Amino acid sequence: MVAPLNHSVDLLRFNTCGSVDDGKSTLIGRLLYDSKSLMDDQLEALERSADITGGGQINLANLTDGLRAEREQGITIDVAYRYFATPRRKFIIADTPGHVQYTRNMVTGASTANLSVILVDARQGVIEQSRRHSCIASLLRIPHLVVAINKMDLVDWSESRYLEIRDQFEEFLPRLDMKDVQFIPVSALNGDNVVEPSPHMPWYHGPTLLGHLESVHIGSDWNLQDFRFPVQWVNRPNNPSDPALHDFRGLSGQIAGGIVRVGQKVMALPSGFTSTIKEIWTYDGSLQEAFCPQSVTLVLNDDLDVSRGDVLVSTDNLPGAGTDLHAKICWMHGRPLQPGRKYLLKHTTQTVQAVVTTIEHRINISNLEAEEGVSELVMNDIGEIRLRTSKPLIFDGYSTNRLTGSFILIEQGTNATVAAGMLHPPTEVATPEYKDFAI
Amino acid sequence: MSNYHLDHLQYLETEAIHIMREVAAEFERPALLFSGGKDSICLLRLAEKAFRPSDIPMPLLNVDTGHHFPELNEFRDRRAKELGAKLIVRTVEDAIAKGIATETPGQVSRNHLQIPTLLAAIEEFRFDCCIGGARRDEEKARAKERFFSFRDSFGQWDPKNQRPEIWNLYNARLNPGENMRVFPLSNWTEMDVWEYIRKEKLEVPKIYFSHRRQCVRRNGQWLPVNDLVPPKPNEEVKELVVRVRTIGDIISTGCVESPADSVDDIIAEIAVARVTERGSRADDKVSEAAMEDRKKAGYF
Repeated sequence: MVAPLNHSVDLLRFNTCGSVDDGKSTLIGRLLYDSKSLMDDQLEALERSADITGGGQINLANLTDGLRAEREQGITIDVAYRYFATPRRKFIIADTPGHVQYTRNMVTGASTANLSVILVDARQGVIEQSRRHSCIASLLRIPHLVVAINKMDLVDWSESRYLEIRDQFEEFLPRLDMKDVQFIPVSALNGDNVVEPSPHMPWYHGPTLLGHLESVHIGSDWNLQDFRFPVQWVNRPNNPSDPALHDFRGLSGQIAGGIVRVGQKVMALPSGFTSTIKEIWTYDGSLQEAFCPQSVTLVLNDDLDVSRGDVLVSTDNLPGAGTDLHAKICWMHGRPLQPGRKYLLKHTTQTVQAVVTTIEHRINISNLEAEEGVSELVMNDIGEIRLRTSKPLIFDGYSTNRLTGSFILIEQGTNATVAAGMLHPPTEVATPEYKDFAI
Repeated sequence: MSNYHLDHLQYLETEAIHIMREVAAEFERPALLFSGGKDSICLLRLAEKAFRPSDIPMPLLNVDTGHHFPELNEFRDRRAKELGAKLIVRTVEDAIAKGIATETPGQVSRNHLQIPTLLAAIEEFRFDCCIGGARRDEEKARAKERFFSFRDSFGQWDPKNQRPEIWNLYNARLNPGENMRVFPLSNWTEMDVWEYIRKEKLEVPKIYFSHRRQCVRRNGQWLPVNDLVPPKPNEEVKELVVRVRTIGDIISTGCVESPADSVDDIIAEIAVARVTERGSRADDKVSEAAMEDRKKAGYF
């Protein structure tokens, strides 16, 4: 039962990944079913479709496979989002398909996740798919990882099999830069260790999957160190009836890093003009301070020429800047990446022209090793590239800040989103364009 | 927990405000779809939060099926006036009269007639973006929808060819004639919507609360008796204490028996509900893929 939430709870976003028959959709179905998040009409619809796809048996996978082609082919085509709540937390699940050709979907689902659940079939152990999913989670710097070893019922609930798989995985872990990894033996089909502890595996003393999802600490997943405020929209009332608003000029946006306080000195980049915060305006009244990822409207004490695409930053902690960039990208389109071709690059709130100058190498996403001598990147490839932009980007390394260190590439003409990029740490700190005015 | 931490409603709110502002900044002629229903009431508050103290920089648009609950239209018009917003209403009746939309015999609702009416309004005002209140938890096909949902020049959604959405970077680029539907409430659930209504003390139309109404039992639902839904000869009309959980077309929106007459009561009722919100909408029961088919044709 979903408890009435009269107290404040937080939100955990996670994605699930596994190979075609790892039982991923079944696991999600089980989480929803056992946490009583499924409704009678959803169960009724499942029963209606049971005869078609499940041979008369209810197929929990039909809950998440929402499109007709998916039900017909028994596959998950695209990222599907699911929602459920317990008295302790609210959850958003991004269900990402496990097929080899669908790396782009996992990157999409994982980009906003606090945690990744990787499913491993206990009969098969760690296979290339499991390594790929772990590598992608690591490249995207998802803070928390759960390895759910599924189908334990089919290996006689064997502890030695569980330990064997855990060892296989741990052997591979040092390559991944993952700090928080939790192993859980489960049977999604029967529900063991999903919501309720398993009576079949008394040797396992860790949390159930839901128990872990409810308690994992996510308070420090945002960057609260370096103040970054990409200006999204300039807020200037037209003919306001309130005379106090005649000179109102606010800068609206979502704080992409750090904390901002009234009176604090800030610098606008790329110009380098500085001012201090006069007011943190919100619809619910002014604030003394605000933090990432709040959406606010900042009013400065000086009338600076600042518009969408500019960034306000703290003066004692400057980001990087430059037109020559070094990044990892995931290619997401059928037409391969062509060095020398111009793309549009969207980074925070600005879109600039960009040209990929060099493909340095492709990253083998089964072991994170570099594959040299690559002339193009095709759909689902992840590679290391250098690119040049028409205007300097004001950015941080992706490892420091997921919001100011990420970008997408857009193909001109078709407007297709063709790549997701993660910037390397800057080699040069931003210097003001107008040095005369800088402090 | 540190002080610098958002709870779930604050998180959903900042995400939605960010999306609203991206729309205002990236599109030339956006509109906000406002029906007076609970989801679009939340959208309006989020628009206020995104754009005040300025005016909301886009008109409100409603596609009126002519089968709306009268309470809803009264509320819609009054709310738009209070906000000083421009409200554009285009009706299915007009679209039928002009031959843009055609009724099919035996239809369970006029939802599919909203499609050509909406597309005609988009063309008339050259809107390049419509913000809607759809949520991914409503329906399986919606669960696959993006925040920025691209529609081709026929208004069609192609679920197999959606733009990937990564981090909070939304690709808003269009060619002439193409269109975007943007759904800031994508990540909200029915419960989140009511909790937000409670937190923000938002007014909602009275039909969401318990009231007495004449109903007939049809296809497992209580349908409100009115000019458009006359009782059939063998049907017994009952006066029940009901409320509506989701508001659609008056001929297909089932009422649920409920004593809930406050937002707190509604929240408590949803918490123990055993049927989803759209379980009371006959238009979704036509087939497994009813919503998918409507969306491919241009439904919002």
